[in-house]
Amino acid sequence: MKHLSEYRDKHIAKKLIDAIWDLSETPVRLMEVCGSHTVSIFRHGIRQMLPETIQLISGPGCPVCVTARAEIDRAIVLSSYPEVIITTFGDMIRVPGSLSTLQKQRAGGADVRVVYSSFDALKTACENPKKTVVFLAIGFETTAPAIAATVLEAKRIKIDNFFILSAHKLLPPALTALLNSDRLNIQGFIYPGHVTTIIGTLAYEQIAQKHGIPGVVCGFEPIDILETIFMLIRQIEQGETTVEIQYKRGATATGNLRATEVLNQVFITCDSNWRGLGLIPESGLTLRDEYRSFAAEDYFDLKVQPAKDHPDCVCGEVICGTKNPAECRFYRKVCTPQNPIGPCMVSTEGTCAAYYKYYIA
Amino acid sequence: MCLAVPMEIKKISGNIALVEYEGAKKEVRLDIVDQQPAVGDYVIIHAGFALHRIDEEEAKKSLRYWEEILAKTDETFE
Repeated sequence: MKHLSEYRDKHIAKKLIDAIWDLSETPVRLMEVCGSHTVSIFRHGIRQMLPETIQLISGPGCPVCVTARAEIDRAIVLSSYPEVIITTFGDMIRVPGSLSTLQKQRAGGADVRVVYSSFDALKTACENPKKTVVFLAIGFETTAPAIAATVLEAKRIKIDNFFILSAHKLLPPALTALLNSDRLNIQGFIYPGHVTTIIGTLAYEQIAQKHGIPGVVCGFEPIDILETIFMLIRQIEQGETTVEIQYKRGATATGNLRATEVLNQVFITCDSNWRGLGLIPESGLTLRDEYRSFAAEDYFDLKVQPAKDHPDCVCGEVICGTKNPAECRFYRKVCTPQNPIGPCMVSTEGTCAAYYKYYIA
Repeated sequence: MCLAVPMEIKKISGNIALVEYEGAKKEVRLDIVDQQPAVGDYVIIHAGFALHRIDEEEAKKSLRYWEEILAKTDETFE
Protein backbone atom coordinates (compact mmCIF):
# COMPACT_ATOMS: atom_id res chain seq x y z
CA MET A 1 0.00 0.00 0.00
CA LYS A 2 1.13 3.52 -0.82
CA HIS A 3 -1.75 5.34 0.86
CA LEU A 4 -2.28 7.65 -2.12
CA SER A 5 -2.99 6.02 -5.48
CA GLU A 6 -5.57 3.66 -3.93
CA TYR A 7 -7.78 6.68 -3.35
CA ARG A 8 -7.94 7.68 -7.00
CA ASP A 9 -9.86 4.66 -8.33
CA LYS A 10 -12.38 5.78 -10.93
CA HIS A 11 -14.75 2.87 -10.31
CA ILE A 12 -15.10 3.76 -6.65
CA ALA A 13 -15.46 7.41 -7.63
CA LYS A 14 -18.32 6.51 -9.99
CA LYS A 15 -20.11 4.57 -7.22
CA LEU A 16 -19.77 7.48 -4.84
CA ILE A 17 -21.00 10.05 -7.34
CA ASP A 18 -24.05 7.89 -8.09
CA ALA A 19 -24.67 7.50 -4.36
CA ILE A 20 -24.46 11.27 -3.81
CA TRP A 21 -26.90 11.95 -6.68
CA ASP A 22 -29.34 9.38 -5.27
CA LEU A 23 -29.17 10.71 -1.75
CA SER A 24 -29.12 14.48 -2.20
CA GLU A 25 -32.50 16.23 -2.13
CA THR A 26 -32.11 19.33 0.04
CA PRO A 27 -30.06 22.19 -1.42
CA VAL A 28 -26.95 22.57 0.75
CA ARG A 29 -23.81 24.67 0.96
CA LEU A 30 -20.77 22.82 2.28
CA MET A 31 -17.58 24.60 3.27
CA GLU A 32 -14.23 22.99 2.58
CA VAL A 33 -12.18 24.68 5.28
CA CYS A 34 -8.73 23.69 3.99
CA GLY A 35 -6.91 25.22 1.04
CA SER A 36 -5.48 21.83 0.05
CA HIS A 37 -9.05 20.56 -0.29
CA THR A 38 -9.93 23.53 -2.51
CA VAL A 39 -7.04 22.66 -4.82
CA SER A 40 -7.90 18.95 -4.88
CA ILE A 41 -11.60 19.68 -5.58
CA PHE A 42 -10.64 21.83 -8.58
CA ARG A 43 -7.88 19.53 -9.84
CA HIS A 44 -10.19 16.53 -9.93
CA GLY A 45 -13.20 18.42 -11.27
CA ILE A 46 -15.32 17.45 -8.28
CA ARG A 47 -17.62 20.48 -8.46
CA GLN A 48 -18.69 19.44 -11.95
CA MET A 49 -19.54 15.93 -10.78
CA LEU A 50 -22.01 17.02 -8.12
CA PRO A 51 -25.75 17.58 -8.46
CA GLU A 52 -27.04 21.18 -8.46
CA THR A 53 -28.25 20.72 -4.90
CA ILE A 54 -24.68 20.70 -3.57
CA GLN A 55 -22.61 23.87 -3.54
CA LEU A 56 -19.02 23.87 -2.29
CA ILE A 57 -17.70 27.04 -0.61
CA SER A 58 -13.99 27.59 0.07
CA GLY A 59 -13.10 28.55 3.62
CA PRO A 60 -10.34 30.31 5.57
CA GLY A 61 -7.84 27.40 5.56
CA CYS A 62 -4.96 28.97 3.66
CA PRO A 63 -2.35 30.29 6.12
CA VAL A 64 -0.74 32.65 3.64
CA CYS A 65 -4.14 34.13 2.74
CA VAL A 66 -5.23 34.82 6.32
CA THR A 67 -1.94 36.37 7.42
CA ALA A 68 -2.67 40.02 8.14
CA ARG A 69 -0.88 42.59 6.03
CA ALA A 70 0.66 44.10 9.19
CA GLU A 71 2.49 40.81 9.79
CA ILE A 72 3.96 40.87 6.28
CA ASP A 73 4.95 44.51 6.78
CA ARG A 74 6.89 43.52 9.91
CA ALA A 75 8.80 40.87 7.95
CA ILE A 76 9.54 43.39 5.21
CA VAL A 77 10.94 45.89 7.73
CA LEU A 78 13.10 43.14 9.26
CA SER A 79 14.43 42.17 5.83
CA SER A 80 15.82 45.70 5.42
CA TYR A 81 18.21 45.25 8.37
CA PRO A 82 21.66 44.40 6.99
CA GLU A 83 22.45 41.74 9.64
CA VAL A 84 19.20 39.84 9.09
CA ILE A 85 18.55 36.73 7.01
CA ILE A 86 14.81 36.15 6.53
CA THR A 87 13.81 32.51 6.17
CA THR A 88 10.30 31.61 5.08
CA PHE A 89 8.04 29.10 3.40
CA GLY A 90 7.91 29.80 -0.34
CA ASP A 91 4.44 31.29 -0.82
CA MET A 92 5.07 34.12 1.62
CA ILE A 93 7.71 35.92 -0.41
CA ARG A 94 5.24 37.09 -3.07
CA VAL A 95 2.46 38.30 -0.77
CA PRO A 96 2.06 42.06 -1.11
CA GLY A 97 2.67 44.07 2.04
CA SER A 98 1.58 47.71 2.21
CA LEU A 99 4.50 48.92 0.10
CA SER A 100 6.62 45.97 -0.99
CA THR A 101 6.99 42.18 -1.00
CA LEU A 102 9.81 40.03 0.36
CA GLN A 103 10.61 39.12 -3.24
CA LYS A 104 11.10 42.78 -4.13
CA GLN A 105 13.20 43.23 -1.00
CA ARG A 106 15.39 40.34 -2.14
CA ALA A 107 15.76 41.88 -5.59
CA GLY A 108 16.90 45.04 -3.78
CA GLY A 109 19.65 43.13 -1.94
CA ALA A 110 17.92 41.77 1.18
CA ASP A 111 18.88 38.24 2.23
CA VAL A 112 15.56 36.36 1.96
CA ARG A 113 15.73 32.56 1.75
CA VAL A 114 12.99 30.02 1.08
CA VAL A 115 13.12 26.94 3.30
CA TYR A 116 11.15 23.70 3.26
CA SER A 117 11.28 23.21 7.02
CA SER A 118 11.77 25.36 10.11
CA PHE A 119 14.74 23.10 10.84
CA ASP A 120 16.41 24.35 7.68
CA ALA A 121 16.02 27.86 9.10
CA LEU A 122 17.73 26.75 12.31
CA LYS A 123 20.53 25.20 10.24
CA THR A 124 20.92 28.52 8.42
CA ALA A 125 21.40 30.19 11.82
CA CYS A 126 24.06 27.61 12.81
CA GLU A 127 25.89 28.13 9.52
CA ASN A 128 25.81 31.95 9.76
CA PRO A 129 26.81 32.77 13.35
CA LYS A 130 27.51 36.42 12.51
CA LYS A 131 24.06 36.93 11.04
CA THR A 132 20.65 37.07 12.70
CA VAL A 133 18.22 34.56 11.24
CA VAL A 134 14.48 35.24 11.47
CA PHE A 135 11.97 32.55 10.52
CA LEU A 136 8.46 33.65 9.56
CA ALA A 137 6.40 31.22 11.58
CA ILE A 138 3.07 30.94 9.80
CA GLY A 139 0.69 28.02 9.60
CA PHE A 140 -2.12 26.33 11.46
CA GLU A 141 -2.06 23.60 14.10
CA THR A 142 -0.45 21.24 11.58
CA THR A 143 2.67 23.37 11.29
CA ALA A 144 3.00 24.98 14.72
CA PRO A 145 4.25 21.83 16.59
CA ALA A 146 7.12 21.51 14.09
CA ILE A 147 8.11 25.12 14.76
CA ALA A 148 7.82 24.49 18.51
CA ALA A 149 10.13 21.46 18.21
CA THR A 150 12.60 23.66 16.31
CA VAL A 151 12.56 26.28 19.08
CA LEU A 152 13.18 23.51 21.66
CA GLU A 153 16.15 22.29 19.64
CA ALA A 154 17.50 25.86 19.27
CA LYS A 155 17.34 26.22 23.05
CA ARG A 156 18.97 22.81 23.59
CA ILE A 157 21.94 23.59 21.34
CA LYS A 158 22.13 27.17 22.73
CA ILE A 159 21.73 29.06 19.47
CA ASP A 160 21.37 32.79 20.07
CA ASN A 161 21.06 34.13 16.52
CA PHE A 162 17.78 32.37 15.65
CA PHE A 163 14.41 34.10 16.05
CA ILE A 164 10.86 33.48 14.97
CA LEU A 165 8.16 35.96 14.05
CA SER A 166 5.08 34.04 15.13
CA ALA A 167 1.94 34.60 13.08
CA HIS A 168 0.46 31.15 13.73
CA LYS A 169 -3.29 30.78 13.55
CA LEU A 170 -5.73 28.33 15.11
CA LEU A 171 -8.61 27.13 12.96
CA PRO A 172 -11.47 26.30 15.37
CA PRO A 173 -11.67 29.87 16.82
CA ALA A 174 -11.88 31.23 13.25
CA LEU A 175 -14.71 28.85 12.35
CA THR A 176 -16.55 29.80 15.53
CA ALA A 177 -16.04 33.51 14.74
CA LEU A 178 -17.40 32.96 11.23
CA LEU A 179 -20.44 31.14 12.58
CA ASN A 180 -21.07 33.78 15.26
CA SER A 181 -20.88 36.57 12.69
CA ASP A 182 -23.97 35.17 10.90
CA ARG A 183 -22.17 35.91 7.64
CA LEU A 184 -21.99 32.27 6.80
CA ASN A 185 -24.84 30.27 5.35
CA ILE A 186 -23.55 26.70 5.33
CA GLN A 187 -24.99 23.34 6.31
CA GLY A 188 -21.86 21.22 6.66
CA PHE A 189 -18.10 21.40 7.17
CA ILE A 190 -15.51 19.41 5.26
CA TYR A 191 -12.88 19.49 7.99
CA PRO A 192 -9.13 19.63 7.32
CA GLY A 193 -7.39 16.26 7.55
CA HIS A 194 -3.97 17.36 8.74
CA VAL A 195 -5.07 20.00 11.25
CA THR A 196 -7.18 17.19 12.74
CA THR A 197 -4.16 14.84 12.74
CA ILE A 198 -2.83 17.19 15.44
CA ILE A 199 -5.91 18.48 17.31
CA GLY A 200 -8.40 15.61 17.00
CA THR A 201 -12.13 16.20 16.71
CA LEU A 202 -13.08 17.70 20.09
CA ALA A 203 -13.22 21.31 18.86
CA TYR A 204 -15.54 20.28 16.02
CA GLU A 205 -17.86 18.47 18.43
CA GLN A 206 -18.50 21.81 20.11
CA ILE A 207 -19.28 23.41 16.73
CA ALA A 208 -21.66 20.54 15.86
CA GLN A 209 -23.47 20.77 19.20
CA LYS A 210 -23.66 24.54 19.56
CA HIS A 211 -24.30 25.51 15.96
CA GLY A 212 -25.99 22.34 14.74
CA ILE A 213 -23.65 21.94 11.79
CA PRO A 214 -22.38 18.45 10.94
CA GLY A 215 -18.82 17.85 9.83
CA VAL A 216 -16.60 15.17 8.35
CA VAL A 217 -12.80 15.08 8.61
CA CYS A 218 -11.59 14.54 5.07
CA GLY A 219 -8.50 13.18 3.29
CA PHE A 220 -7.01 14.80 0.21
CA GLU A 221 -7.55 12.36 -2.66
CA PRO A 222 -10.66 12.42 -4.89
CA ILE A 223 -12.19 9.32 -3.26
CA ASP A 224 -11.68 10.89 0.16
CA ILE A 225 -13.49 14.05 -0.87
CA LEU A 226 -16.37 12.25 -2.59
CA GLU A 227 -16.84 9.92 0.36
CA THR A 228 -16.81 12.89 2.74
CA ILE A 229 -19.48 14.67 0.69
CA PHE A 230 -21.52 11.45 0.69
CA MET A 231 -21.19 11.17 4.49
CA LEU A 232 -22.18 14.82 4.98
CA ILE A 233 -25.24 14.55 2.70
CA ARG A 234 -26.26 11.38 4.54
CA GLN A 235 -26.10 13.24 7.86
CA ILE A 236 -27.97 16.26 6.53
CA GLU A 237 -30.72 14.21 4.89
CA GLN A 238 -31.16 12.18 8.08
CA GLY A 239 -31.15 15.30 10.28
CA GLU A 240 -27.96 14.34 12.16
CA THR A 241 -25.27 16.71 13.39
CA THR A 242 -22.25 14.66 14.35
CA VAL A 243 -18.55 14.78 13.59
CA GLU A 244 -17.29 11.80 11.59
CA ILE A 245 -13.83 10.92 10.36
CA GLN A 246 -13.50 9.83 6.75
CA TYR A 247 -9.70 10.25 6.81
CA LYS A 248 -9.12 7.38 9.22
CA ARG A 249 -5.61 6.65 7.96
CA GLY A 250 -4.52 10.15 8.95
CA ALA A 251 -6.70 11.43 11.79
CA THR A 252 -8.03 10.21 15.11
CA ALA A 253 -10.55 11.62 17.61
CA THR A 254 -7.83 12.42 20.16
CA GLY A 255 -5.24 13.84 17.77
CA ASN A 256 -1.48 13.79 18.23
CA LEU A 257 -0.96 14.28 21.98
CA ARG A 258 2.81 14.37 21.72
CA ALA A 259 2.70 17.18 19.17
CA THR A 260 0.15 19.22 21.14
CA GLU A 261 2.31 18.82 24.25
CA VAL A 262 5.35 20.20 22.42
CA LEU A 263 3.17 22.99 21.00
CA ASN A 264 1.82 23.95 24.44
CA GLN A 265 5.27 23.78 26.00
CA VAL A 266 6.57 26.50 23.67
CA PHE A 267 3.50 28.53 22.65
CA ILE A 268 0.57 30.10 24.42
CA THR A 269 -2.63 31.30 22.73
CA CYS A 270 -3.07 35.00 22.03
CA ASP A 271 -5.55 37.22 20.20
CA SER A 272 -4.74 37.36 16.52
CA ASN A 273 -5.62 39.49 13.54
CA TRP A 274 -6.92 37.60 10.50
CA ARG A 275 -7.24 39.02 7.04
CA GLY A 276 -10.96 39.21 6.32
CA LEU A 277 -12.03 38.14 9.78
CA GLY A 278 -10.35 40.81 11.90
CA LEU A 279 -9.22 40.30 15.47
CA ILE A 280 -10.29 36.93 16.88
CA PRO A 281 -9.70 36.23 20.59
CA GLU A 282 -7.37 33.32 21.41
CA SER A 283 -6.89 32.44 17.75
CA GLY A 284 -3.13 32.86 17.49
CA LEU A 285 0.05 31.56 19.11
CA THR A 286 2.87 33.49 20.72
CA LEU A 287 6.02 32.25 22.49
CA ARG A 288 5.76 31.57 26.23
CA ASP A 289 7.93 33.59 28.63
CA GLU A 290 10.55 30.82 28.87
CA TYR A 291 11.10 31.04 25.10
CA ARG A 292 10.75 34.79 24.57
CA SER A 293 14.49 35.01 23.84
CA PHE A 294 13.55 33.57 20.42
CA ALA A 295 10.84 36.19 19.73
CA ALA A 296 11.90 38.47 16.87
CA GLU A 297 9.41 41.16 17.94
CA ASP A 298 11.11 41.36 21.39
CA TYR A 299 14.68 41.37 20.09
CA PHE A 300 14.22 44.02 17.42
CA ASP A 301 12.81 47.46 17.95
CA LEU A 302 10.29 47.10 15.14
CA LYS A 303 8.75 50.31 13.91
CA VAL A 304 6.09 49.55 11.36
CA GLN A 305 3.62 51.98 9.80
CA PRO A 306 -0.07 51.02 10.10
CA ALA A 307 -0.89 48.53 7.35
CA LYS A 308 -2.76 49.65 4.27
CA ASP A 309 -4.99 47.10 2.59
CA HIS A 310 -5.88 47.56 -1.06
CA PRO A 311 -9.31 49.23 -0.82
CA ASP A 312 -10.99 47.21 -3.58
CA CYS A 313 -9.40 43.79 -3.04
CA VAL A 314 -12.07 41.32 -1.82
CA CYS A 315 -9.69 38.64 -0.48
CA GLY A 316 -11.17 39.17 2.98
CA GLU A 317 -14.63 38.20 1.77
CA VAL A 318 -13.27 35.33 -0.32
CA ILE A 319 -11.60 33.94 2.82
CA CYS A 320 -14.92 34.13 4.68
CA GLY A 321 -16.77 32.35 1.89
CA THR A 322 -19.08 35.34 1.34
CA LYS A 323 -17.76 36.22 -2.14
CA ASN A 324 -16.24 34.13 -4.87
CA PRO A 325 -13.22 35.34 -6.84
CA ALA A 326 -15.21 35.99 -10.02
CA GLU A 327 -17.10 38.68 -8.11
CA CYS A 328 -13.88 40.68 -7.68
CA ARG A 329 -13.33 43.37 -10.31
CA PHE A 330 -9.57 42.70 -10.34
CA TYR A 331 -9.82 38.93 -10.82
CA ARG A 332 -8.12 37.74 -14.05
CA LYS A 333 -7.86 41.33 -15.26
CA VAL A 334 -5.20 43.01 -13.16
CA CYS A 335 -4.91 40.38 -10.42
CA THR A 336 -3.20 37.24 -11.72
CA PRO A 337 -0.74 34.74 -10.22
CA GLN A 338 2.04 36.65 -12.03
CA ASN A 339 0.91 39.97 -10.60
CA PRO A 340 -1.21 39.26 -7.51
CA ILE A 341 -2.98 42.06 -5.70
CA GLY A 342 -4.23 39.96 -2.80
CA PRO A 343 -2.90 36.87 -1.00
CA CYS A 344 -5.62 34.51 -2.31
CA MET A 345 -4.05 34.88 -5.76
CA VAL A 346 -0.49 34.32 -4.43
CA SER A 347 -0.73 31.09 -2.54
CA THR A 348 -1.11 27.94 -4.60
CA GLU A 349 -3.81 27.03 -2.07
CA GLY A 350 -5.57 30.37 -2.34
CA THR A 351 -9.12 30.28 -3.66
CA CYS A 352 -8.41 32.91 -6.34
CA ALA A 353 -5.32 31.05 -7.56
CA ALA A 354 -7.31 27.79 -7.75
CA TYR A 355 -10.11 29.51 -9.69
CA TYR A 356 -7.55 31.06 -12.02
CA LYS A 357 -5.60 27.86 -12.64
CA TYR A 358 -8.71 25.85 -13.43
CA TYR A 359 -10.18 28.57 -15.68
CA ILE A 360 -13.29 29.74 -13.93
CA ALA A 361 -14.19 33.10 -15.40
CA MET B 1 0.31 24.78 3.54
CA CYS B 2 -1.01 21.85 5.52
CA LEU B 3 0.07 19.74 2.60
CA ALA B 4 1.43 16.47 3.94
CA VAL B 5 2.32 13.23 2.19
CA PRO B 6 2.65 9.59 3.24
CA MET B 7 6.22 8.31 2.92
CA GLU B 8 7.83 5.00 3.84
CA ILE B 9 10.45 4.82 6.60
CA LYS B 10 13.69 3.38 5.21
CA LYS B 11 16.09 4.05 8.05
CA ILE B 12 15.95 5.50 11.55
CA SER B 13 18.86 6.98 13.46
CA GLY B 14 17.85 8.66 16.70
CA ASN B 15 15.44 11.47 16.04
CA ILE B 16 15.94 11.45 12.29
CA ALA B 17 14.44 9.11 9.72
CA LEU B 18 15.14 8.59 6.05
CA VAL B 19 11.83 8.37 4.21
CA GLU B 20 10.97 7.57 0.61
CA TYR B 21 8.05 7.84 -1.73
CA GLU B 22 8.36 6.56 -5.31
CA GLY B 23 12.08 7.19 -5.41
CA ALA B 24 12.01 10.59 -3.72
CA LYS B 25 14.09 10.41 -0.54
CA LYS B 26 14.10 12.82 2.36
CA GLU B 27 15.41 13.17 5.86
CA VAL B 28 12.72 14.04 8.39
CA ARG B 29 12.51 14.65 12.14
CA LEU B 30 10.65 12.35 14.52
CA ASP B 31 10.30 14.86 17.39
CA ILE B 32 6.51 15.14 17.21
CA VAL B 33 5.31 11.90 15.57
CA ASP B 34 2.40 10.39 17.52
CA GLN B 35 3.69 6.81 17.61
CA GLN B 36 7.29 5.71 17.17
CA PRO B 37 7.48 4.22 13.67
CA ALA B 38 9.61 1.29 12.52
CA VAL B 39 11.36 0.69 9.19
CA GLY B 40 8.68 -0.19 6.62
CA ASP B 41 5.96 1.90 8.27
CA TYR B 42 4.32 4.76 6.40
CA VAL B 43 4.27 8.13 8.11
CA ILE B 44 2.58 11.40 7.15
CA ILE B 45 5.24 14.05 6.52
CA HIS B 46 4.72 17.79 6.82
CA ALA B 47 7.39 20.50 6.54
CA GLY B 48 10.25 18.14 7.39
CA PHE B 49 8.53 16.44 10.33
CA ALA B 50 6.69 13.12 10.65
CA LEU B 51 3.27 13.80 12.18
CA HIS B 52 1.48 10.48 12.19
CA ARG B 53 2.22 6.79 11.80
CA ILE B 54 -0.38 5.34 9.44
CA ASP B 55 -2.31 2.44 10.89
CA GLU B 56 -2.05 -0.09 8.06
CA GLU B 57 -5.02 -2.11 9.33
CA GLU B 58 -7.27 0.96 9.51
CA ALA B 59 -6.29 1.94 5.97
CA LYS B 60 -6.92 -1.57 4.67
CA LYS B 61 -10.29 -1.70 6.38
CA SER B 62 -11.65 1.34 4.55
CA LEU B 63 -10.29 0.10 1.21
CA ARG B 64 -11.70 -3.36 1.77
CA TYR B 65 -15.10 -1.77 2.33
CA TRP B 66 -14.99 -0.24 -1.12
CA GLU B 67 -13.63 -3.36 -2.75
CA GLU B 68 -16.54 -5.31 -1.31
CA ILE B 69 -19.03 -2.78 -2.60
CA LEU B 70 -17.45 -2.89 -6.04
CA ALA B 71 -17.39 -6.68 -6.03
CA LYS B 72 -21.13 -6.79 -5.42
CA THR B 73 -23.23 -6.35 -8.49
CA ASP B 74 -26.29 -5.80 -6.35
CA GLU B 75 -28.18 -2.60 -5.99
CA THR B 76 -26.28 -1.20 -3.03
CA PHE B 77 -26.26 2.28 -4.42
CA GLU B 78 -28.08 2.11 -7.71
